[in-house]
Amino acid sequence: MTQNHNHILVAHKVSKRFGGLQALTDLDIAVAFHAIHSVIGPNGAGKTTFFNCITGFYKPEEGEILFRGQPIQGMPPDRVAGLGIARTYQNIRLFANVTVLENVLVGMHRRLHTGWFGAVLRTPAARREERNAVKEAMELLRFVELADKADYIAKNLPYGEQRRLEIARALAGKPDLLLLDEPTAGMNPKETEDTMALIQRLREDMGITILLIEHDMRVVMNISDIITVLDFGKKIAEGDPLAIRTNPQVIEAYLGRGAAAGRDYGAKTTAAVEG
Amino acid sequence: MKPRPFRLLDAIRWGVYGGIAVTLIALIGMVHAFSKKGIVADRIMMSHVLVFGLIVAVAYLTSTRALATKRRLAVPAGIVAGSIVALFPALLGLLITQINLRAVFLNASPELADLLLPGEENNILSALQLVLLGSAFGLAVGLLALVPARLRRSLVSAGVGVILLGLLQAVFVVIIPDSWRQFLYKANGLSPNGAIALFIALSILDYGWLRGRPLTQQRIAQLPARQRRALRMVVTLVMLGLLAILPQLLGPFLSEVADTIGIYIIMGMGLNIVVGFAGLLDLGYVAFFAIGAYTMAVLTTPELPVVRNVIPQLNFWEALPFALLISFISGVLLGIPVLKTRGDYLAIITLGFGEIIRLLVLSDALKPILGGAQGITGVARPRIGEITAVNPQQFFYPILVGILIAWFITARLKISRLGRSWMAIREDEDVAAAMGINLVGYKLMAFATGATLAGLGGALFGSKLGSMVPASFNVLVSINVLALLIVGGMGSLPGVIVGAIALIGLPELLREFSEFRWWVYGIVLVAMMIFKPEGLWPEATRLRELHEAEAFAPVETAEETETAAVPA
Repeated sequence: MTQNHNHILVAHKVSKRFGGLQALTDLDIAVAFHAIHSVIGPNGAGKTTFFNCITGFYKPEEGEILFRGQPIQGMPPDRVAGLGIARTYQNIRLFANVTVLENVLVGMHRRLHTGWFGAVLRTPAARREERNAVKEAMELLRFVELADKADYIAKNLPYGEQRRLEIARALAGKPDLLLLDEPTAGMNPKETEDTMALIQRLREDMGITILLIEHDMRVVMNISDIITVLDFGKKIAEGDPLAIRTNPQVIEAYLGRGAAAGRDYGAKTTAAVEG
Repeated sequence: MKPRPFRLLDAIRWGVYGGIAVTLIALIGMVHAFSKKGIVADRIMMSHVLVFGLIVAVAYLTSTRALATKRRLAVPAGIVAGSIVALFPALLGLLITQINLRAVFLNASPELADLLLPGEENNILSALQLVLLGSAFGLAVGLLALVPARLRRSLVSAGVGVILLGLLQAVFVVIIPDSWRQFLYKANGLSPNGAIALFIALSILDYGWLRGRPLTQQRIAQLPARQRRALRMVVTLVMLGLLAILPQLLGPFLSEVADTIGIYIIMGMGLNIVVGFAGLLDLGYVAFFAIGAYTMAVLTTPELPVVRNVIPQLNFWEALPFALLISFISGVLLGIPVLKTRGDYLAIITLGFGEIIRLLVLSDALKPILGGAQGITGVARPRIGEITAVNPQQFFYPILVGILIAWFITARLKISRLGRSWMAIREDEDVAAAMGINLVGYKLMAFATGATLAGLGGALFGSKLGSMVPASFNVLVSINVLALLIVGGMGSLPGVIVGAIALIGLPELLREFSEFRWWVYGIVLVAMMIFKPEGLWPEATRLRELHEAEAFAPVETAEETETAAVPA
């Protein structure tokens, strides 16, 4: 495909069925390098299913997904992660009973190489690698402002910090593409503000491409370069925030048919989704 | 949610539970069987410990419950619970003297009534006496519950310690110097003076330990790294020195027990990687134990002409690498198809695999190669220089080396990238995969390492016995190893040793009660799961999983957890 040069991830006619339920239908999405690309849509629109197809947890029945031009649909999750795609979860999924630092170290897995013999014999290479890994993990924790809590048990962190830790863990693998599944869900306005800033820094400072599922329209409209709207597993609209805000089909999907006839679409969409 | 405040009715309820338990153990003959074993010579028998131990345990449980929500009821609760528990054996004793129950309950003999009821005659008065005794114990326990926790713990530990020292008389008389023995022990149990002295000494020691430990730890933590390492080195050397002279201290019989414990420790270390680290429930672990043992046997025995025509007879050291290699390979071969399944399925498949191996070695078809039901004799023993390890005391050393190797490997793996990956798989497979961890690959590594250690245990086992029969490799071995992990503490290395001593060593030492072995085994497991699910010597992570509320903020770093001593 010609898009490959500008796009880190291309989904082409992806379909996914669960029994009789058509979760995704002929979905085409192209994520540009260094973009913050949001996927929005009502509940059950297939957003998380799409994430699961990218990360290898689901195998789409049809279509292909290309990461840097390489097909990845149906590839096992660990190999997809190995290529440089990391993700966070809608309901936080940390390794709850171990320390914050250990969580980040696990995230670093794909970049470390110590094997069985290296671990048992503690070879100089293994030791060096471990030392560097801890150092780097601490730097990451400083980046998300959790360095002073490195020895805390993950499940004892407050909610907002757990979200940040999950992001730090995803970053530890030095991904090129980061999938964030509702990173601000359940956050207060201040925490949401901080998270938005953090996401922007990921792009500016680390050069990571962000694919984002988000319900909070303020976040979506503020930080997205491009927005894809899904409804019942189909793409119904795509464009920059301004275009999406005024797209009648989007408003219909969110508010029902009657509302599309009204005026001042943008304000209504925002209000409806935030409420 | 606030717990419901304690009511005296609860004490009655718990008392009834305890009473039913006492009645049960009396009727199945435990009281009678234990009445011959002295703890304190001629005064306190094991049967007393059993009955009054239950009274004390129930009263303690009730008192502490009362203490949590309604402080002033702590003492009354103890008294009520204690007397109600005692009421049951009292009534049972009376009943037996009046009605002959032996048609149904074989053990409800007049002797049982004598044992249960105090005094010369078995009448209402003696029954009342027993109930009063129960309430007195309840009172004592209720007061004990009010004592500051630290002191209470020391007193309880000392009490348990004295009972253990009495119970394991056979062990200690061998180890301690003669002069001590004469003071502490009589023919059947501790001497009264010895028991009192021991109780006081143990209380003080335990109390001192509890107080002194944090301070000492702090001081050690403040030492410069170099000195700390030196200190650790010294401690390790002293321990190794002690282990080196252990067989001489223990004598032949106890060395035999120690050898058995040791083989189970090696297997426990291996299964700990599979179940404790990676969270893969393997119920057929005995298969790899059998494979190690049979490889050793087949390669070294002078029998089995069919095999000898093809493979020359090897000695122990030549055969050992093959035993390990074949266990490793079978671990991989079984692992590849099996490890894609999860949880319950894995458990069932491994269970089946264990049985298949046992049936294979039992089969007539393979008899020329594996010896069939008669097994194989003439298995080689390890030989270093001029010395061949024949008796249990000599065999302790190869087993000790095996344990040290197993410990070293597991400890290193645990804190490495592999250990972390296993932890991730145990905690959340999907997320682990999303971190780039190859699930099958890492599970396979855990499985194969575990299998190899089981093979090492098996090879040592076969060589130590000098002969083997298929019956030694039944599913109980798998269950035993798993149970010792649970009792010791899943994922914890010291836990494996504690668990093996408790579950393998104690039953060997208390052979006189072997009738009740499996019964007690079951009770211990159930009780552990309810009261101490994290095990006797828990691993820090597991402790946190099971006690969410208490789990609080910072913990030591991985390095320190590794070497830290027993959590309280």
